[in-house]
Amino acid sequence: MKTGLPVIFAVVLGLGGSTVGFVLAPAVQLGSVKQTTVLNSTDLYPPQRIGDATLGLQVYRANGCAACHTQQVRQEGVACDVGLTGPGKNPQALSNLLSTLTLTHLTKEAADTVADQLTAAGGKVETHIVPAGADLDRGWGVRHSVAEDYLYDYPVQLGNLRAGPDLANIGVRSPDANWHLLHLYAPTSAVSNSKMPSFKYLFHLQKAGSTPSPEALNVPSSFAAPAGYEVVPSPEARQLVAYLLSLRANQPVYDAPFTPPAKP
Amino acid sequence: MTANETIHPTATATEIDASCKLPLLALLVGASVWLVIGSVMAMIAAIKFHAPDFLGACPLLTYGRVAAAANDALVYGFCLPASLAVIIWVFARLSQTVYALPLVPVVAAHIWHLGVFVGIVSILLGNSTGFAWLEFPRGGSILILVAFVLIAIPTAATFGFRRDRTLYPSHWFLLAALLWFPWSYASANIFLVAMPVRGVAQGVIDIWFGNNLLFVWFSLVGLGVAFYFLPKLTGRPLYSYFYAQYVFWTLVLFGTWCGIPAGSPFPAWIPALSNLAGWLLIVPVLGVLVMTVKTLGGAPVTTSSAETLPYFKVGLVAFIVSGIALHLVAHNEQLARITEFTWFGQAQVQLQIFGFLGMILFGALYYILPRALGFDFLFPKFTRAHFWFNLLGSVGLVIPLAIAGYAQGSHAYNLDAALPALRFSSMGLLLILVGNLFFAVNLLAMFLSWKITLVKSIFSAVTSPLTAVEVKS
Ligand code: HEC
Repeated sequence: MKTGLPVIFAVVLGLGGSTVGFVLAPAVQLGSVKQTTVLNSTDLYPPQRIGDATLGLQVYRANGCAACHTQQVRQEGVACDVGLTGPGKNPQALSNLLSTLTLTHLTKEAADTVADQLTAAGGKVETHIVPAGADLDRGWGVRHSVAEDYLYDYPVQLGNLRAGPDLANIGVRSPDANWHLLHLYAPTSAVSNSKMPSFKYLFHLQKAGSTPSPEALNVPSSFAAPAGYEVVPSPEARQLVAYLLSLRANQPVYDAPFTPPAKP
Repeated sequence: MTANETIHPTATATEIDASCKLPLLALLVGASVWLVIGSVMAMIAAIKFHAPDFLGACPLLTYGRVAAAANDALVYGFCLPASLAVIIWVFARLSQTVYALPLVPVVAAHIWHLGVFVGIVSILLGNSTGFAWLEFPRGGSILILVAFVLIAIPTAATFGFRRDRTLYPSHWFLLAALLWFPWSYASANIFLVAMPVRGVAQGVIDIWFGNNLLFVWFSLVGLGVAFYFLPKLTGRPLYSYFYAQYVFWTLVLFGTWCGIPAGSPFPAWIPALSNLAGWLLIVPVLGVLVMTVKTLGGAPVTTSSAETLPYFKVGLVAFIVSGIALHLVAHNEQLARITEFTWFGQAQVQLQIFGFLGMILFGALYYILPRALGFDFLFPKFTRAHFWFNLLGSVGLVIPLAIAGYAQGSHAYNLDAALPALRFSSMGLLLILVGNLFFAVNLLAMFLSWKITLVKSIFSAVTSPLTAVEVKS
C-alpha cells in the first residue's frame, strides 16, 4: 500500500457493506412492517397506542428506564401439548391409556403420535402449540417478541440490561395502575426488598383537605407523607403508568404462533 | 524543489511538535475535564446500587440519566477528542511536516466540547434521544459531527503533504478511523433521529452503531496508535507489515458486523450473520497477539521507554481479552444466553474504554505532551501513579462486573445474585477516578504554566522595546 486509496477502499467495503447490511436492509425489511392479524382471528395487532400511553413512552425515555429494563422476550423453541376435549365412548380404556402417556412439553412428532393413539381409543383431542423458554417460564411473556410489537414505538426501547424484570408484558402481568404508581413512588412499599430507585420526583405533596382528594395516592402508613399532606401523582407519572399498562405483547401472530388458552 | 516542498518542507521534530501544540491543548484541556466529570457521574450511578435512593430526589441525577451521561462524557468527552489529539500529532510526525492549518482544529475543539456540553446537559434534563450511545439530541450531535469533520480535514491534508511517502500501518488504521466515525455517526443519526425508520429496525441500527463505535472505532485508534509507538519505544521494527495488513482487513470486514444478540426480536438472518462475524473476530485478535508478542518479546527496556511502554502493553492485552470475550460469546450458545442482558456487557464496554483505549491514549499522551509543550510534567510522580491506579482500577472494575453478569444470568436475572460483585466493582471505579484526577491535575497544571509563560513573554515583548529605546537615548 503506497497511497491512501486501499484504505478508502477498505472503509467503503467494510463499513459500506455493514451499513447496507445492518442499516439499509433492516430499514427496508422492517421499516415496512404493518399491523398484522392475530392468528385465527380478524383482530389487528398491535393496537394503536393512544393518549396518555403515547406520552408515557416519552417519560420512560426521558428517565432512562431502559438502563435497567429490557423489552424483549426470548424463546428457545416450541413444545406441543395434547389436550383431551371429549372422553369418547370408552372412558375406561381411555383413562388406562392416559395414565401411560405424557401429554405436555412434547415435540411435534411425539404429540402427533400421542394424538393418534388417543383418537384410536375413541377420545377427542386437540394439539396446542406452547412456546418454551426460560423468559417465558419466568412469566415474562407467552411468546418471543416480534417486530410488530414495536410498530408504534419511537424511540424503540429494547434495552440491554436486565437489572429489573423485562417489561414487554408488564401490562398483562400487573394490570393495576395504582400498584404501579405506588411502586414508582416508593418501590419498597410494593416489593419489600426492591432495589429499584424511587421516582418520587414524579409526585408532589399537597395539603390534604378534610376528605382525601380523589387523585391522591393511597400510600401505606410507613411510607405516608407528613401529617396533613397527601401524595399526588404528576401527569407524567400517570402517563408513564398508562404506557406501562399498554405493554401487552400477548397475541399469537404469524411469526410467533401459539394456541391461546380457551376463553371461558 | 516543487511548490509543494517549499510550502511544506521537511520539518524537525521540534518544529512538528510545536505546530501541534495549540490543537492538542484545545482538545485535551476539555477532554481531561470531561474525563473527571464522566468518572464522577459513573460513580454516582454505581452508588445507586449500594443505596437506591442516593440523590434520588433530584431528577437530573436519576440512574437512567446519570448512567447515560457518564458513558457519553467518557466516550464523547474524553475518548474521541483525546484520540483526535493523538492522531493529529502522529500524522504530523509520520508526515515529517508541520501540521497544516493548526487553527482549524483549535476552533473545532471548542465546537466539539460545546457539543458535548449541550448533549450531556440535555440528557440530564431528560431530552436524550433514548438510543444507546446516540443519546445526544440534534443540537449536540450536529456540533460534534461538524467538529470532527473540521479536524479530520486538516489532519488528512497533513497526510497528503507528507514528505516521507511511505505508508505505515498506523496510517491505515488512523485514516480509516477518520472516515469511520463521521460515516457511522451520520448514518445512525439520519435513520434514528433526522428521518427515523419505523419500528424495531431502530434497534438494529442502534446496536450496529454502538458496536462500530466501541469496538471497531476504538480498535482502529488504539491499534493504530500502538503500532506507531511500539517500534518507537522498543527501537525495533513492527512485527510485521504483513500481519498488520491482515489485522486491518479482517478487523474492518468482520468487526463491523458484530454485536447483535442472538435472542433479539429481529429477522433471524441478522443475529445469525452477526454471530458469524463475532466468531471470525478471533482472526484479527490472534493477529494482534502475534504482533504484540513478536514485537515486544525480549525488547530491552530503556529509560525513555520505561515510563510509557507499560501503558501500551496493558492496552494491547486488554484488546486481546476483549476480542476473545466477543469470540467466546459468539462461539458458545450457552454462555451467550447467560451473559446476554447482564452486567457482562457493561464489563466489555468498560474494558474497551479504560483497559484498552484509555490505557493507550494515556501512554501516548504522557509521551507527547512534554514534547509538544516543550516542558515536563509538574507532578511526574502522578504519571507513574496514574498507571497503577488505572491498571488496578480497570481490573477491579471489569472482572467483578463480568462476575456479576454471570451470576445475574445464571440466577434468572435476580439482582440480589449480582449485587455483591456489582458493589465490589465500585472499588475499581474509585481507583480509576483517582487515577483520572492525577491525569487531569497534571494536564491542567501544564496548561496553566503554559498560559503563564505565554503572558510573561507577551509582557516582556511589550516592555522590552521600551528598555531598548531607553538604552539608546
Ligand atoms: C437502577 C435500575 C432501575 C431503573 C433505572 C428502573 N428500574 Fe424498574 N426495577 C428495577 C428492579 C431491580 C426491579 C425489581 C424489584 C421491583 O420489582 O421493585 C424493578 C421492577 C420494576 C417493575 C415491576 C416489574 C415486575 O415484574 O413486577 C416495573 C413496572 C418497573 N420496574 C418500572 C420501571 C420504570 C417505569 C422505570 C423508569 C421510570 C424503571 N423501572 C427504572 C430496577 C430499575
